[in-house]
Formats: sequence, structure tokens, C-alpha cells
Amino acid sequence: MKFSYYPGCTLKTRAAELDEAARAAAEALGVVMEELPEWQCCGAVYPLARDELATRMSAIRALDSAKQSNQPLLTLCSACHHVIKRVNNDMRTDADMRTKVNTYMDLNSPYSGETKVVHYLEMLRDTIGFDKIKECVINPMSGRKIAAYYGCMLLRPSGVMQFDNPENPSIMEDFISAVGALPVKYPYRNECCGGYVSIEARNVSREMSKKVMNSAVRRGADTIITACPLCLYNLNENGTGEIPVVYFTELLADALGVKTREGGLVHAC
Amino acid sequence: MHADEQRQTETIIRTSGVNVRKCMKCGKCSATCPNFAEMDIHPHRFVSMVEEGDVAALMRSKSLWRCLSCFACVERCPRGVEPAHLIEAVRMEVIRPQGGNRLRPEAVPALLDEKIPQQLIVSAFRKYSK
Ligand code: SF4
Ligand code: SF4
Repeated sequence: MKFSYYPGCTLKTRAAELDEAARAAAEALGVVMEELPEWQCCGAVYPLARDELATRMSAIRALDSAKQSNQPLLTLCSACHHVIKRVNNDMRTDADMRTKVNTYMDLNSPYSGETKVVHYLEMLRDTIGFDKIKECVINPMSGRKIAAYYGCMLLRPSGVMQFDNPENPSIMEDFISAVGALPVKYPYRNECCGGYVSIEARNVSREMSKKVMNSAVRRGADTIITACPLCLYNLNENGTGEIPVVYFTELLADALGVKTREGGLVHAC
Repeated sequence: MHADEQRQTETIIRTSGVNVRKCMKCGKCSATCPNFAEMDIHPHRFVSMVEEGDVAALMRSKSLWRCLSCFACVERCPRGVEPAHLIEAVRMEVIRPQGGNRLRPEAVPALLDEKIPQQLIVSAFRKYSK
């Protein structure tokens, strides 16, 4: 199976581990991630104002580029996924916005939300299947107790994101089970880490990240996994520091026994 | 109502896409807001105050810089009102005019540490500056 892939700016820099582990694991699982030939930063936050058109266009270019390749668009960073999925929904449902954007962008053919946006976790669940992943694990995470941190961007608003049950999600716990660890469910797994407000009010993020981490620790977790570089930063830097926070793809690459490409061998499952 | 305030109210309603009349004043948005304690005006009040055209106070509100865009209020409002969209629309009224930026590029280096993801800086600029 082949996907167009949108990495986003943070995955090329601070969150390179998230990207590299995902590529190595996908290779082992027989999934081709074809990076879009040209992509621009998605803007990191979805523009809530209806009249913000320019700030939607980088997402639309990425969506249109995947459409030209006739492939679904794979995302990995929670924020990129959120922005691209919601902008795609706008292009499908908002005729006025569609007209204005297409008039301005003058693409080869008008874009109307045709591309399917798939998060890497959805790809694992729906394209490969967690049962198949279980079979491919050569280094099971037995004895590990791992807490999934969903945060906000993957789940809400659920009507558009359609990722999982927004109040009681299970996709990341199912992923944790598939790699052989024990998933730890805890109350704060879909609460906010403080997001971008930490740039001017770190105290806000401290309070929230501590609550999240305490909540996971109280339920016995030894590690937290996330798909979002900002969640990882806030939880690690503003949390209690009691347990590590890592990207879910790092756990996957470990379990599959694949190192990042730079590390050498990727053996197929 | 002051003419400016009336124009601003109309813009906020238009850019947010929110129908304030759908609100049944249940307060669930504020009850579920994780940053309630940091806000001087709470999400349910944004809805009522825009409905009343009382937006000058909202434009001075600390809440504009404390809403996390976590969408808890959007998800849990039983009437589909989307209070976070209203907060963003008010913030746009503040930062769009010249000189309205909250975050200036010159201020950024002092805020950085070596682990800050690019995503955080881009997000903050999108939320706090135009
Ligand atoms: S939750 Fe919705 S209906 Fe209830 S007060 Fe808030 S905006 Fe109004
Ligand atoms: S989006 Fe803003 S107002 Fe709504 S619950 Fe989150 S922090 Fe509160």
C-alpha cells in the first residue's frame, strides 16, 4: 500500500525521531510513505475564523498534491493531521470557501476535498491491522505499562476528526496491546497539555501537564506515548518528570526490531 | 451601543460562524474548560456577551490569550455553539488592526529553549499575531 506523506516542519527538526521511526516501521510493514515533493508548513493550528483563507492554502496544496498522485494523504504529527483534516472538510462542505480558494489558487483542476486524510495510527489499525502488527513484533514490550496520551487534536471536534470515540478512545491502547505491553487507561488521557499557551504562560502548561502525568503514574504507567511534538514537549518539560514521554512510533520501531534507517537494517515482516 | 462596537459584533459573528442564539445557557462549556481558572471571562459569557453586543470588554479580556483551542467546549456543548470559535473571532478583531499583535518576532529568542518544537512557535504566531 502506498500513501502520499506529509511530514510537517517539526518532524524535520525537533521531532525527527517521530518521523524516522515511522518510516522504518512502515518499511518493515510493507507500507510505502512517499513524501510529497513540495510541501509547506500547515500553520500548526487550524484557522477557526471562516474568513481566514490564506492560512488554509498550504494544507490545500498538500491535499491537492496527494490528489494528483491518486493516493491517500498520510499524516503523523497530531497538529498537522488536525489542520489538514479540517481544511479538507471545509473544502468538501463549504461551497463559498471552495469557490474563493479555487479562484485564487488556480490549480490544474479545482480541489473539492477529494483526498482521504489518514493518520499513521489509523493506517496501522485500518490498512495493516493490529493483529498483523502483533505477528510482526519480534521484541514484545512484555511487562511494560504504557499510557496513551491522546491530547486534543486527534479527537476533537469528533464530527470532523472521526478518529475515535472522543470521550473514551481506544486506538492507542489497542496499539499498545499489539506491541505486547499493557495499556494503562487514566482519566486525563484526552485532556489538554497547555498547548501553545505555554509560550507566554508556562504555569498553565505546568499545571495541566502535571495533572496528566500524575494521573498516568497513579494508574501505574511507566511510560507515556504521544503522536504530538508539542504534547511531548509540554509533558516532558512542564510535567513532573516522573516517567518518560516518547513518540508512539519509537515504541513501534522498537517492537518491530527495526532501527531508524540511519541505524541500518530494516527487515521486512 | 457604540457604532464601533456594533460593527465589531457583526464582524465577530460573521467570522466565527457561530449562531449565538442556539445557546441555552447551560454553562457546560465553561464547566468543561480546562483553563477556567485562568480566564477572567468564561466561554459561556463570550456567547452571551456577543449576543448582547457587549464586545469591547471581551476584546480586553485576558481569556483571549488563555484559551487553549483544546475544543473541549466545542465537543461538549449540547447545542453545537462552538464557543472557542467566538473567542478566536474576538482575538482576530484585536490582532488584525495594525499594531494589534500580541507576539512580536523580536520577543521570540528570549522565549526559546533548545527543546521547543517549531510547532509551538508557529502556533503561537498564528494565534497571537497577524
Ligand atoms: S455549552 Fe453550549 S449551550 Fe451551554 S452555555 Fe456553553 S455555548 Fe451555551
Ligand atoms: S477551547 Fe478554549 S474556551 Fe474552549 S474549553 Fe478549550 S480552553 Fe476552554
